[in-house]
Amino acid sequence: MNEATPANAAAGNPPAAGTSAAGLAGALTVNGIRRQVRQEEAELTLLEYLREVLGLTGTKNGCAVGACGSCTVVVNGQGRRSCKTRVSEVLGKDVVTIEGLEGRDGSLHPIQQSFIDAGAIQCGFCTPGMVMSAYALLLRDPSPDRTAIRTALSGNLCRCTGYQQIVDAVELAAARMRG
Amino acid sequence: MANETKSAFRNDARAKVRGRALYADDIRLPDMAHAVPVYTRFVRARNLRVDVSAARAAPGVLGVFTAADVPGQVRFGQIVRDYPMLAEGTIQCEGEVIALAVAETRRQALAAAALVVEHAEELPPVTDPEEALAPGAPVVRWGGDDNLANRGRVRRGDAAAALASCDLVVDETFSTQAVEHAYMEPESAVAIPRPDGILEIRGSMQHPFSTRRFVAALLGVSLAEVEVVGTTAGGGFGGKDDTAAIVCARAALAARKLGRPVKLTYDREWSFRESYKRHPYRLRYRVGFSKDGTARAAEIDMLCDSGAYTSVTPWVNWRSTAQCCGPYYVDAVRMDIRAAATNNVFTGAMRGFGAPQVNFAVEQVMDIAAERLGLSPLEIRRKNMVKQDGLTITGQRLDTHVVSLGQVMDTVVRDSGYEAKLARCSRGKAEDGRLYGIGLAISYRGSSLGAEGLDYCSAVVNVQADGSVLLDAAIHENGQGAESVQMLILARELGLPVERIRRQWSSTSRIPDGGTTVATRGTIMGGGAVAQAARELKRLMAETLADELGDPKAVRFEGGRVGAPGGPSLSWEEAVSRMYDRRIYPYAFGTFRAPPVSWDEHTGQGDAYFTYVYSCQAAEVSVDPATGRVQLLALWAAHDVGRAINPPMTLGQAYGGMVQAAGMALMEDLAPEGGRLGNRNLDRYKIPRARDIPEMRCTLVENPDPNSPTGAKGIGEPAIELLAPAIANAVYNATGIRCRDLPIRLDPEALK
Ligand code: FES
Ligand code: FES
Repeated sequence: MNEATPANAAAGNPPAAGTSAAGLAGALTVNGIRRQVRQEEAELTLLEYLREVLGLTGTKNGCAVGACGSCTVVVNGQGRRSCKTRVSEVLGKDVVTIEGLEGRDGSLHPIQQSFIDAGAIQCGFCTPGMVMSAYALLLRDPSPDRTAIRTALSGNLCRCTGYQQIVDAVELAAARMRG
Repeated sequence: MANETKSAFRNDARAKVRGRALYADDIRLPDMAHAVPVYTRFVRARNLRVDVSAARAAPGVLGVFTAADVPGQVRFGQIVRDYPMLAEGTIQCEGEVIALAVAETRRQALAAAALVVEHAEELPPVTDPEEALAPGAPVVRWGGDDNLANRGRVRRGDAAAALASCDLVVDETFSTQAVEHAYMEPESAVAIPRPDGILEIRGSMQHPFSTRRFVAALLGVSLAEVEVVGTTAGGGFGGKDDTAAIVCARAALAARKLGRPVKLTYDREWSFRESYKRHPYRLRYRVGFSKDGTARAAEIDMLCDSGAYTSVTPWVNWRSTAQCCGPYYVDAVRMDIRAAATNNVFTGAMRGFGAPQVNFAVEQVMDIAAERLGLSPLEIRRKNMVKQDGLTITGQRLDTHVVSLGQVMDTVVRDSGYEAKLARCSRGKAEDGRLYGIGLAISYRGSSLGAEGLDYCSAVVNVQADGSVLLDAAIHENGQGAESVQMLILARELGLPVERIRRQWSSTSRIPDGGTTVATRGTIMGGGAVAQAARELKRLMAETLADELGDPKAVRFEGGRVGAPGGPSLSWEEAVSRMYDRRIYPYAFGTFRAPPVSWDEHTGQGDAYFTYVYSCQAAEVSVDPATGRVQLLALWAAHDVGRAINPPMTLGQAYGGMVQAAGMALMEDLAPEGGRLGNRNLDRYKIPRARDIPEMRCTLVENPDPNSPTGAKGIGEPAIELLAPAIANAVYNATGIRCRDLPIRLDPEALK
C-alpha cells in the first residue's frame, strides 16, 4: 500500500506561490487546522485547494462536474462536493476531509472500520467520498434505514460494488455508533 | 435481505478507507512537469498538419510533441498496430490526440494546448457498421483495402436444412449499445527517468506488461529499459488496457524528451472521448425448435462495430462465436460474425467481452420460444442446457468438471420464488397502476482466455529468515481484490496466518509477464500460480529437511508447523531457519499453465475453454405505465465459482457486475452522433446510483474445479453477462412488450 507521507504532501505544487501582494482572503479550518487563504487560492475549487495546495489527496476527482461525489467533504456538518465549491465560499467554515476522520492516534472512525468489515471497498476510488457522505448522514440521522442510506448516498457513484455492501457498512456503522 | 458475510480480507482496505492509498494522480515528485493531450477537431480527415509554434512559445511550456517527435513506432496495438499514439497523417475518430503539451504546471499546459493549430482536409465519417461493409464504402480501416476488421464462424451440421424441418422457428433481431466502463478513476500516469537509465512508469492501468509494450514501442527502446510499477488502480473492468497504456506511453515520451518526471492525468471528458467502449452488436437469430422444446438448429448472424482501430475485436468476437448459442446444445449451427471498422471511438475489452451481447439475444429467444410452445421458461432451459458429460456446440465434451447449470438455476428459482412470482406477472394488465414482472437468464462462461491466447502465469514466494513471507504474482490488482485472494491462497497452502504474508508491489522488472488481468483469469490463473509456487516451496523444504522430518511426501504444512502427522515436526520458523542454515533458499517460482484447448478457425469447432463457470440471475421489475419507467425491485444470482477464496469479496464482484449489467440494460447511453459522443461525462452518461438499485442476493455455489490448482474458477465476468436479458424478460412479463434493443426504452403510448 502506498501511504502518503508528509514529504509527499509538502511536495504539492502551490499554484501561485510567491505571487504578488494580493494579500489574504480569509481563513478556514481543515481537519482542525486553521489555514490562512491567499486571494489567488480563494479562487480555486476546494478540491484543487485540498489536493494541490494542502496535499490532501484523499479527496478524489472523478468528474469535476458535481456528478460522482468522489470529491465529497463535510463542511460545517454537511456533505459538499468540493469540485463545485470555491474556496471563497467556505472561508470561516470548518472542513473535514477523509484524512480528518480518524482519531489523532490513527484509530479508525467506526464508519471507516465498518467499510472494511462489510467488504465495502474494492478499487477504493469512491471510498473517501462515500465515507464522508455516510458521515454527514449519520450526523443528522443516527438510525437511517436502508432506503434512507441509499437515498443519502445517491450523490456518490461507485462502479465496483453495486452498493450492496456499502449500504451494509453504513448500517453496521450506525449500529456501532449508537453503541 | 443483507447477506451474512464473514469479515472481508483486503490488504489495501485500511489505506483506502483512510484516503492514503496513492493513485497515480496523487503522486507528487520534485521537479515534476505536467502534460495534457490536444484533441483533433475532426472525426475523419486527411492531410493532417499540426502547427505547434505558438503553443511552444507560451509561458511555462517545456515542449509540445507530435507524431514527428516519436523516436519509435507511432502506431501500436495488441493485435494489429493501427492505434496512433499521436495522430499521424489522417484522423480516424474524434478521440485522436494530435499533440501533447507539457509545461511546468497543468494550467500552463492547458493554456498551451489551446494554441495548437490543426490543419486537415475534412472527410465525411463512416459511422454505421452496415454501411461500412457495403460495397463501395469509403475505406476507413487503417492500412486496409476494405472495412472488414474481423470475421468468425461456426459450422456444425447442416443448419439451413435442419431449420427448414423444425416445428417452430424463432426469427428475431437484437441490438446492443456501446457502453462506457466508467471506472471511477480516470486515466493517469507518471513517468520518471531514473538514474539507472530505466524509465519508470506508475499509472492507472490494468496490465503492466501490456503497458510496457506500448511504452517501449513508442520510445523505440527495449522492454528491459522500461519498468512499469504496480500502482493503486481505481477500477478497470477491461477498460484500462490500450488507452491507459497509451496515456503511460505519452507521459513516457515527454519524460524521455525532457529528462524530468512528467504526469499526465485525464479529466473525465478526455477519458470518455478517447477510451474504448463495449462493442455494439446487431444480432439476428433464427432458432428452430421441435414441439417438445428441443432446439435443433440455429442460423446466427452478428455484426459489430470495431470503431477506428482493431484493438482486441478479434478476441471479443471469438468469445461471441464460441458461446453463440448461450449455454445450450444445438445440433446444427451456422454462425457468422463480422466486425466493421468505422470512424466511431474504438471498441475493445470490457468485462463480459462479447458474451453480454450474445446472451441478451439467446436468453430472450428462449423465453419467446417457450411461450410459443406453451412451455415454461424453466422447462425449455432444462431441456436444452449443456449437461454433465454432454457436448457443447463447438463439439467439446464437458467431462472434466461439474456441469452445474441446473443447480445454479434451481438455486435462483428457489431463492427468488420464481415460479410463484411468474404466475403473478402483469403481462400488460396494470394492478394498482403498476406492472409487475420477473425474468431470469442462465449462462455458461468459458474461463480465462481459452483458445484465444497462450495462457500461463507465474508467482514467486520468497520466505525471509524470520519466517515472514513475500509474495509476488503476475496478476495485477485493479481494485477487485486479486492480491488479497493470492495472499489467502498462500496462507492456506503454507498453513500460516495471512498476517505472516505480504504481497510485494509488482513490477514488470521483477516477475515474468503473466498475461493480462482479464477474462476472469485473476483467481484461476494468478491464484493457481501462487498455489503452484507454494507447492514447489513445500516440496523443496520437505526434501531439504527429510533427514529431520522423514518421508517428504508425508510432510504437511498446517497450523504453523511442518511435519508428518504423528512424526517429528518443526515450527514454521524453525523449518525456515534450518533452510538458511543449509544454504538453501526457501524461495520458489511457480507457474500455472492452463490445460490444453483447441480451435479450428474454419469450422468453429474445438475445446474452446478448459473449464466453464455456470450462472443464473433473475430480476423483478415494476413498470410505471404512465412513464414507461422500469424500477428494479430485487435482483438474484447464483454462480458456481468452483471455490470462493474470499467470500465477501466474491459477493462484492457479483453485486458490482450485476449493477453494471443493470446500467447497460436500463440507463447507459453514449448517444453517438456522426462519430461524436453526445454524453461525455457522468452528469449525462447515467450509471446506476444507490437509489436505482434494489437489494440483491447472490448464492455462491461451490463445486471445486479439478482443472484449477485451487479449485476456484472466477466471478468477475459471469456476474455481468446475463442480467440485461433477465431484465428484458422481466419487462416482457410485466408489459407484454419485447425489448430487443439496449438500453431498454418503453414508450408509454404502447403501454396504454
Ligand atoms: S469530482 Fe466532484 S462530483 Fe465528481
Ligand atoms: S470501490 Fe471502486 S468505485 Fe467504488
